Amino acid sequence: MKRRTALMGAVAAAALVPGMVMADERERGSSGHLNVIYWQAVSTMNPFLSGGTKEMNASSIVLEPLARFDNMGELTPWLVDEIPTLDNGGVAEDLMSITWTLTEGLLWSDGTDVTSADVVFTYEYCTHPEGGCAYRDRFAGIESVEAVDDLTIRITFEDATPNPYLPFVGAGSPIIQQAQFAECLGARAPECTDENFYPVGTGPYTVADFRPNDVIQFEANPNYRVPTQPYFQTITWAGGGDATGAARAVFQTGEMDYAWNLQLAPEVIEQMESGGMGTLLVDFGPLMERIELNFTDPSPDLPADERATMQHPHPILSDIRVREALSRAIDRELLTEIGYGPTGRPACNFIVAPPAMVSPNNDDCLVQDMDRANALLDEAGWERGSDGIRVKDGERLELLFQTSTNAVRQDFQSLIQQWWREIGVEARLRNIDAGVFFGSDPGSPDTYIKFWADVQMYASLFEGTDPTPHLEQRRCGREPRPETQWQGQNINRYCNPEYDALWAELNREPDPERRQELVIALNDMFIQDFAHIPLVARGRVSAAANTLGGLSLNVWDSEHWNQAEWYRIED
Amino acid sequence: MTDAAPATAAEDVHDLRPPRNQWWDVWDQFKTHKGAMGGMFVFISILLFVFAGPWIWQVDPGLIDIRSRNQGSSWAHPMGTDQLGRDLLARMMYGGRISVAVGLAAMLLGLVLGTLIGVLAGYFKLMDGPLMRVTDLFLALPLLPLLLILVTLFRDPLEGAFGQAAGVFTLIVVAIAITSWMQTARIVRGDVLALKEREFVLAARSIGTPARRINTRHILPNVMSPIMVSATLGIASAIITESALSFLGLGFPPDFPTWGRILYDGRDWIEQYPARVVWPGVLISLTVLSVNFIGDGLRDALDPRIRGR
Amino acid sequence: MFTYTLRRLAFAVPTVLVISLIVFLMLDMAPGDPTGSLPLTIPLEVREQIRAALGLGDPVLIRYFKWLHMMVIIEPSHMLANATGWNIAVDGPRILSWQTRSPVGDIIVQRIPQTLWVVGLGYVFGILIAVPIGVISAYKQYSWFDQAGTFVSMVGFSVPTFFTGVVFILIFSVWLGWFPSMYDTTHRVRDWDSFLFQVRQIAMPVAVLALFNASQISRFMRASMLDNLNQDYVRTARAKGMMEKTVLLVHVLRNSMIPVVTVIAIGIPTVFTGAIITEQIFRVNGLGDALIRAIYVSDWPMVQTITFIFAILIVLFNLIADVLYGILDPRIRYD
Repeated sequence: MKRRTALMGAVAAAALVPGMVMADERERGSSGHLNVIYWQAVSTMNPFLSGGTKEMNASSIVLEPLARFDNMGELTPWLVDEIPTLDNGGVAEDLMSITWTLTEGLLWSDGTDVTSADVVFTYEYCTHPEGGCAYRDRFAGIESVEAVDDLTIRITFEDATPNPYLPFVGAGSPIIQQAQFAECLGARAPECTDENFYPVGTGPYTVADFRPNDVIQFEANPNYRVPTQPYFQTITWAGGGDATGAARAVFQTGEMDYAWNLQLAPEVIEQMESGGMGTLLVDFGPLMERIELNFTDPSPDLPADERATMQHPHPILSDIRVREALSRAIDRELLTEIGYGPTGRPACNFIVAPPAMVSPNNDDCLVQDMDRANALLDEAGWERGSDGIRVKDGERLELLFQTSTNAVRQDFQSLIQQWWREIGVEARLRNIDAGVFFGSDPGSPDTYIKFWADVQMYASLFEGTDPTPHLEQRRCGREPRPETQWQGQNINRYCNPEYDALWAELNREPDPERRQELVIALNDMFIQDFAHIPLVARGRVSAAANTLGGLSLNVWDSEHWNQAEWYRIED
Repeated sequence: MTDAAPATAAEDVHDLRPPRNQWWDVWDQFKTHKGAMGGMFVFISILLFVFAGPWIWQVDPGLIDIRSRNQGSSWAHPMGTDQLGRDLLARMMYGGRISVAVGLAAMLLGLVLGTLIGVLAGYFKLMDGPLMRVTDLFLALPLLPLLLILVTLFRDPLEGAFGQAAGVFTLIVVAIAITSWMQTARIVRGDVLALKEREFVLAARSIGTPARRINTRHILPNVMSPIMVSATLGIASAIITESALSFLGLGFPPDFPTWGRILYDGRDWIEQYPARVVWPGVLISLTVLSVNFIGDGLRDALDPRIRGR
Repeated sequence: MFTYTLRRLAFAVPTVLVISLIVFLMLDMAPGDPTGSLPLTIPLEVREQIRAALGLGDPVLIRYFKWLHMMVIIEPSHMLANATGWNIAVDGPRILSWQTRSPVGDIIVQRIPQTLWVVGLGYVFGILIAVPIGVISAYKQYSWFDQAGTFVSMVGFSVPTFFTGVVFILIFSVWLGWFPSMYDTTHRVRDWDSFLFQVRQIAMPVAVLALFNASQISRFMRASMLDNLNQDYVRTARAKGMMEKTVLLVHVLRNSMIPVVTVIAIGIPTVFTGAIITEQIFRVNGLGDALIRAIYVSDWPMVQTITFIFAILIVLFNLIADVLYGILDPRIRYD
């Protein structure tokens, strides 16, 4: 935040210097050429077929949604004139439907009109049963999407929906052109290579050349709705290499103007920044690194279809005192400092963003408290054995600790293992290839969903600004189990009827302030049950050259949400 | 020979002694190869460093000491410390142990496999065709991609069966071995084909020696020289392959600091702490270099045309 | 000779097919999952649909034959059509990469130029350096030049490229700042300046590879020269009073080149497979880079196709080496 403010300050200061090109003097293409580097290269320009953040970001400057979140997390009209609400009648009183009206005179980059039919088509494209659309959940619970007239779209829901701003909102739900994609429905979607690589959009840029996993060339869209924008005429969107190389290209050699996702060791970033050519941009969204504690017994002695299911509660972790001790023994400040530096913040909550929904009640976790942890374990009846590891009823306090293979995570594992050993808990470490760990193959024993371990560490987040679906995941019955082909996101198999009741209340509540209170209450209930151990809130980290103006990092939407307004600071 | 004594005298002495083992001649020849002796010295030093070193330098390579992280060379940490304050010297010894062990084990396994197939193909006419086709097939496989696939494929099942350390170790050793036995097999087959027509083999066969005994007693000892040479080359290439795999992030996981892995992890820090890349790189290179020199010397020493010159 | 070539060719085809089947079956058992690299916000139900849309439902042999048909007929026809501009592309589904959802063949065609430029040049320079060094080393055996050359080639061949590469980057890119730290694929050589830029951006990888290849080839060259220098025909030529230069460069060199040429031919496929590591270090977006990234995200169609192409190259160049040997050395006839 601080760094970003500093940059904004620099931009503001630059704007005041006389002789500068003022904002109103700028016109389309006047800033020339922009170089962007994504060290994980973009593989397709159709976000529906990829689901990856990098594809979403790249396509967001071509394809646009009806409304998106600005850098403060506020809903902003984009292809419409106003956001439909209960007050202006856009959202039905019974919360069963929402009606959007497109801005008049919008053009696709090929010069044709944008109509409501395109919006309806987008819905059909993504919900086609054979399409494998990655953002299909955006359209869950929708009964129909219909074109009322050329500019008006009505979305009808199956149930009362207090948050109707999921479909067609944000970078994950852009509008595609019906004329272009009409032949690409369902199973044919991946075969439309030209369409997927060169989509026609409403955004400030069009794709001039696309090389998968390598480099993209963009040109300004001649039919963009703001006649003076975008300020950059062309963009080269390079891919490949690694985070270090990308950071070096912005900070030290100046080969690049903007670099995305620089997850680097704090010392490396500091050193790079001293190159002086760029600024680090950090902002915090809902992404949080955590340790999940298994409430069920993952013992390999159990039959495969009973392992880690609700039939067998965990012999050690079912005791809240053990869970609390494990959490108290962790020094989150140190973890943050070592793993993430300025790009991380110690976390004590389940919901770490947006700021208004973050609970202030759990900050005591910031202090490592070995005495308290030891006392809790003593109280729970775990006595120290001869080797320092605690024993109860002949059983050692030993936990299998798994995570994905990743240098920072292995550092965290080693550190936490050492702290837990100090309180007499033995952690056996295990790391699994990320492709397997985060995979969804129900046949694999090593996915984080199956959770055939006692504790596991990973990072998770939610889309947009509404944590309701994220909180919903921890309800009873949402746990992965054999009957559901191990689908479900209640990873730690948490089950608390009070929590479920409170969530149901949240899901019915339209009033924003009351919703905030409920989110905080749910968060506190979950955290004070020590149902999982938050570790570090991880920021989005990008780097921009000092000569780049107009940008503002956005954690709620694509980082390139206002790409049209980026410009070159002349000196 | 460096022996300056008159030829006749020397021969007399020889006649009085029991027949000298041929390996002594090889050793005599080997000793004259300066590069090979130097390589031998370096290789033994490295072996001592990784296997005996931890007895002298008794620091736990996994011990985290946050206060002394990212340090340069000092008396407490001669090679400095890493980002968690772990001692790099100890990690280098521990990592070298794995790297060298992988090299030796993969070489041995590849050698056994290659020799077995070579002898079978050379001695038994029936098996020659199929076995050599299989060898050609393996030679045509793109090895590095295949290794990468093997590793992604079997890492997790093996980890499950043997535990993380033993699982990855077994996998890497086996993967390297089954992609590197072909040259040995070809050379051994060629030698066996020639040997099997020689009189001493015919003689052994004519008195009814079973095939297994002919092979172990008469043929194998005579193909030892090419096997020894491919053994040294095998160690070198196995160490390089293991490091390359770790370097691509597909070998040992980060908590097993092999030289290749330390080098890979150190790449991000190359500007601030070049030592983290240079030390493991130098150790890998020195090991491979010394082994290659030994192989060179061995080849010369085992070549009867050169021996005695 | 002709029948021999035919026979070898006839054997090469099943070899390649068996390899393709092995690779295909192995990847089929792979635990990695193409949805594993997607963000966690995508729910499991959707992931299941994505997996179905990738065609993971069919039995393995059906997928293999589909793939083989696409690989052997459809993809080459498209490549040929693109290269020549003729309208000969065969219709039908093409091999689609899971990650990009686009034809694998197109990506490979985009990647080959970089690989050829960087790795191929490294090989060519390696040969150009190795031959004279090998010749002089052998001719002046045990001289200081030979000693130094042998030692350097031993070092060059023992030090892994991933270490030399990293050291080169540290010295020339980070400390001295002479060369750019990443490869720009979009760069086009139009004039002198852009040519210089191209030279600068390929200088480091080419140097590292040239060093490595030169070490290997110069050892062969030296050994082969030594073998020939002791032959009777050399003595005869000298006895006839031929100039030493003619003896060496015409008679000995020509004969010594025979085994070296075959070694060079056999080594060409390693130009491509070896690129995996070099491209990774120098961030060149080539074929090896495509392969390794496909492995990271479990993009099996891509991995299969590239591995298969590597296998074809190896078999093909082994064949070429054999035939070449027969042509160059009349003493060897296989019939």
